[in-house]
Amino acid sequence: MDLIKAKNLIFDYIRRDKDGEVDGVTRAVNNVNLSVKQGDFIAILGHNGSGKSTFAKHINSILHPTEGTIYVDGKDTRDEQYLWDIRQTAGMVFQNPDNQIIGTVVEEDVGFGPENMGVPTKEIWERVYESLNIVGMYEYRKKSPNKLSGGQKQRVSIAGVLAMHPKCIILDEPTAMLDPVGRKEVIRAVRALNDVEKITVILITHYMEEAIYADRIYVMDKGSIVLEGEPHEVFEQVDRLEQLSLSVPEATKMAHELRRKGVPLKEGIISEDELVSELMKIL
Amino acid sequence: MSLIVNHVNYIYGEKTAMEVRALSDVSFKIEDGEFIGVIGHTGCGKSTLMQLLNGILKPSSGEIYYNGQDISDEDFDKKLLRSKVGLVFQYPEHQLFEVDVFTDVCFGPKNMGLDDNEIQLRAYDALKAVGLRDECFYVSPFDLSGGEKRRVAIAGVLAMKPDILILDEPTAGLDPKGREEILGLIKKLHDESNISIVLVSHSMEDVAEYADRIIVIDDGRIVFDDTPQNVFENYEMLNEMGLSVPAAKRVLYKLLEKGIPVRAKAITVADAVDEIYRVYQNSGLGGAR
Amino acid sequence: MIREITIGQYYPADSVIHRLDPRVKIVATLIFIISLFMFDSFIGYAIVVAFLAMCILLSKVPFSYMVKGLKAIFMILMLTVVINMLMTPGEPMVSFYKLTITKEGFRQAIFMALRLILLIIGSSVMTLTTTPNNLTDAMESLLKPLKRFKAPVHEIAMMMSIALSFIPILIEETDKIMKAQMARGADFENKNLIKRVKSYVPILVPLFISAFRRAGDLAMAMEARCYHGGDGRTKMKSLKYQRTDYVAYAISVLYIVAVVVVSRVFKV
Repeated sequence: MDLIKAKNLIFDYIRRDKDGEVDGVTRAVNNVNLSVKQGDFIAILGHNGSGKSTFAKHINSILHPTEGTIYVDGKDTRDEQYLWDIRQTAGMVFQNPDNQIIGTVVEEDVGFGPENMGVPTKEIWERVYESLNIVGMYEYRKKSPNKLSGGQKQRVSIAGVLAMHPKCIILDEPTAMLDPVGRKEVIRAVRALNDVEKITVILITHYMEEAIYADRIYVMDKGSIVLEGEPHEVFEQVDRLEQLSLSVPEATKMAHELRRKGVPLKEGIISEDELVSELMKIL
Repeated sequence: MSLIVNHVNYIYGEKTAMEVRALSDVSFKIEDGEFIGVIGHTGCGKSTLMQLLNGILKPSSGEIYYNGQDISDEDFDKKLLRSKVGLVFQYPEHQLFEVDVFTDVCFGPKNMGLDDNEIQLRAYDALKAVGLRDECFYVSPFDLSGGEKRRVAIAGVLAMKPDILILDEPTAGLDPKGREEILGLIKKLHDESNISIVLVSHSMEDVAEYADRIIVIDDGRIVFDDTPQNVFENYEMLNEMGLSVPAAKRVLYKLLEKGIPVRAKAITVADAVDEIYRVYQNSGLGGAR
Repeated sequence: MIREITIGQYYPADSVIHRLDPRVKIVATLIFIISLFMFDSFIGYAIVVAFLAMCILLSKVPFSYMVKGLKAIFMILMLTVVINMLMTPGEPMVSFYKLTITKEGFRQAIFMALRLILLIIGSSVMTLTTTPNNLTDAMESLLKPLKRFKAPVHEIAMMMSIALSFIPILIEETDKIMKAQMARGADFENKNLIKRVKSYVPILVPLFISAFRRAGDLAMAMEARCYHGGDGRTKMKSLKYQRTDYVAYAISVLYIVAVVVVSRVFKV
């Protein structure tokens, strides 16, 4: 069974004027079909306003579809009796590291989710320590989140979701506000979740470099999925991606330019090391 | 116009228990029409330096001269300095506050005490310069898209007609297209007027692409101040500082390590591609064609 | 300048005071505040100051942190002093124009100022040694009896906790916005009061917008983490009295008795 399954998902933002009359309708998500298996690492790419975040919020039952359905672990997100089950199954990490930390001490924040779920006190502590260890923030457990770097705060947020023992974690542009060091830290933690902890990961981002580790990539534009496939298949389409206002990794760009000049390089090169080893064959 | 930074030190919370040295003995000079990239990891002191340059912070010791005048002098006109050395903070759109875009851009010139005609003229010019569509001039700034808001915020500083425009990570949080647009805008501003640009960035690729000169700050000190080509020659030292070199150059280095006779001079994708292509043509396979 | 407000800022350290049950700290702080108004003599001050000094020493929080809280109330402090000096009737000491400072007024002003200072420092000892979450947990626990009257005790506690944890973030934000508007030539040092108030609009509007955005984000993040009010919620740190807590209660009671008795007996 698929862990997440979206069927013909449509979401309209309805704008209303002062009198509550419908002023306009914007289709943010347009007929999205997508399924994610337990243990997958999925990346959803798209520029700002492509509908990727709106879609993500459906998985966590923050938004509900206008049309179509989305099932999380077999449960329809519109069914209110499953609301808390769904939120526990599919945890969510947001973009702004400052706006999702609830505790004033790292460990208190991580314990917030389990507290809400009614987990017994002793087990909360076990979960908190375990989660902080996974993201490598155990040493900081007594610190104030305000004293941490952006990357560290995001790792605390990830731990906060992990402590709820979800099957799936959705990360909505977790690195958009971080510096390169923070970005690396967070992506490393995300990869560990998937590789080591076998948690299903849905990473929403506009940085292509972060998507290269995914098993499968979906590219969204104007609310629809316009490209999908394994990273190699998606990154082959350099021109198409640029049309969609996405930039490709520098190594892919170089390979693309070289190919254009007639250098016989294979399609779909995404990492620097891959480019170097391909070049070694012909230079 | 020139801005000279002379042996400047800056210490936060001086003479308290929480003294933190942010800048140590920093000296450099900004000339007319330069495009300077400033790089350094978070917390290295670059934001502090930017705030010193337009007088928002005062050096703990050392001097900053604008056109030969010490900006710390009592009789120095701070407002004039702030208009001449324009500073665009990170996420500048968070400072928009007026009812419409045009009025917001007028805020800077109005604070300079100009007359109404001049204020409006400048606001108009600035909004045109950042490429905002006319129909957006009288809408609330909060109704614009993220990229547009940022351009309005930059216009708000441009309207003061600065000689030097300092931008602290102007592309933070934008998507690739938004990033490209903002950087293109900055380059256009630089090329079309004689304005000097100081671009603080985390992206080695961006500074390599746009800047003529790069200043590297580490732990409150200027470590390098040179052309991009020369600065990025220091591959290992930059790595030690938690910085890197542009991806294109890294690829060349890796090829060099493996014994391919490339000249690892290039720092942009285009130049690196040319260099690899040159080697390819000289090599057996390429030349045989 | 606004960075210096320390109310609600936790200072992490490992001390007896830090380890005390937060309920004890709230009750003791209340006792301390009440005690400030139970005497009117110098010996009373001696006891209060001694008690406070002991608490500060035990807390291992640098004294400079305690004093910082005072900067925020400097204006209120000055106002109290002036009003007390001028408004208290009695034996005239100095007079100028139509204003007279009386001996009683002078004494009253000094006492009031001292009380205020002690009050702020006393409450700072509590907030500096207790995490806001602990503090609100304690409030919730102490106010539990009110639940019977349908008072939203949990909700209030949660709101307080969030407000407290966002104070440092909003302070930093204000600082940033202020600097950014200064870079656009804004002047916050205008002598004219109306102009000065007006000059704060460019700070307040962005600050409110940001606060609302943060509030929206946070509400969503809390919901995503299954927050649904106090029902069925367990506590990570459930409050349990230790032996030291009972000792602390005892000391607090002894303290207020001492203040009352001593200041009655020795009218100095």
